[in-house]
Amino acid sequence: MVTGGFPMNQRRAYRSFVSYIDRSREYYAAHGYAQPYAWATHPDVPFTPLQKPLSECRIGLVTTAGREELEGASQGRTRELYAMPITSTAPRLYTAHLAWDKKATHTDDLDSFLPLNRLAEYAAEGRIASVSPRFYGVPTEYSQGKTIRKDAPQLLKWCQEDRVDAMLLSAL
Amino acid sequence: MSLVARHLEENGLPTVIMGSARDIVEECGVARFVFTDFPLGNPCGKPWDVEMQRKIVGTALDTLGRAWMPRATVQTPFRWGNDEWRDAFMRVDESNREKLAQEGEERRRRQAEAKADRQRPEG
Repeated sequence: MVTGGFPMNQRRAYRSFVSYIDRSREYYAAHGYAQPYAWATHPDVPFTPLQKPLSECRIGLVTTAGREELEGASQGRTRELYAMPITSTAPRLYTAHLAWDKKATHTDDLDSFLPLNRLAEYAAEGRIASVSPRFYGVPTEYSQGKTIRKDAPQLLKWCQEDRVDAMLLSAL
Repeated sequence: MSLVARHLEENGLPTVIMGSARDIVEECGVARFVFTDFPLGNPCGKPWDVEMQRKIVGTALDTLGRAWMPRATVQTPFRWGNDEWRDAFMRVDESNREKLAQEGEERRRRQAEAKADRQRPEG
């Protein structure tokens, strides 16, 4: 039996979803890098319940894409954090520096990784109260220390300034 | 991205991550995660597929309100359409092993040069 072009009840000796930890370790080892990247792992996970109904919440959006104005001009600032006002014109973002699958897909449609239009539609329909007036860019940082010490606290400050109730984060 | 989400949660702000690198996000450990089993690049739905994007973003919103404990992973039902990308991404095999090693050498050489330039006294 076939559903949507895929045979059902396949068996396989490996998990079907890609392990990017395994894949990138082998890939960079093949490039001659002796020391594998050590990924963050935590036994404990913080959790904050939603404090009010979604229809009363202001929602913010975070992307790992960079801001093109900065990145096109000066390569040295490619990992800079930003908060950008949401306007009627689509923001110019930069994704080429990130390790997404450039053979399989593209990032020409902003809503496929930064769904500003989809979120605005949900606000117009009343499923959420509003969208934050700014969206936020946290370009992926090799240094976990910088992410924790600098980027995350700055983002929290912006969210508080914009009175955001909950955040959607989209990882490219 | 996961580290950032954890910081927001620690400070009282609920979060949900939309993504396609399941192992990386789950190893880090986050409050809520909406996983779509796609090649990296379109965690909120296929390009130009408005209906799919609506469903994935809607699932993320639902997950915000409905998760009652951390490490809540919800997998969306969407399939990419073929499975070729799974083995092709960052593939290492006998056909490209030599080429990858050369690229690594080249990159380290360029980085060493750039470093030497930076350390050269201004004059």
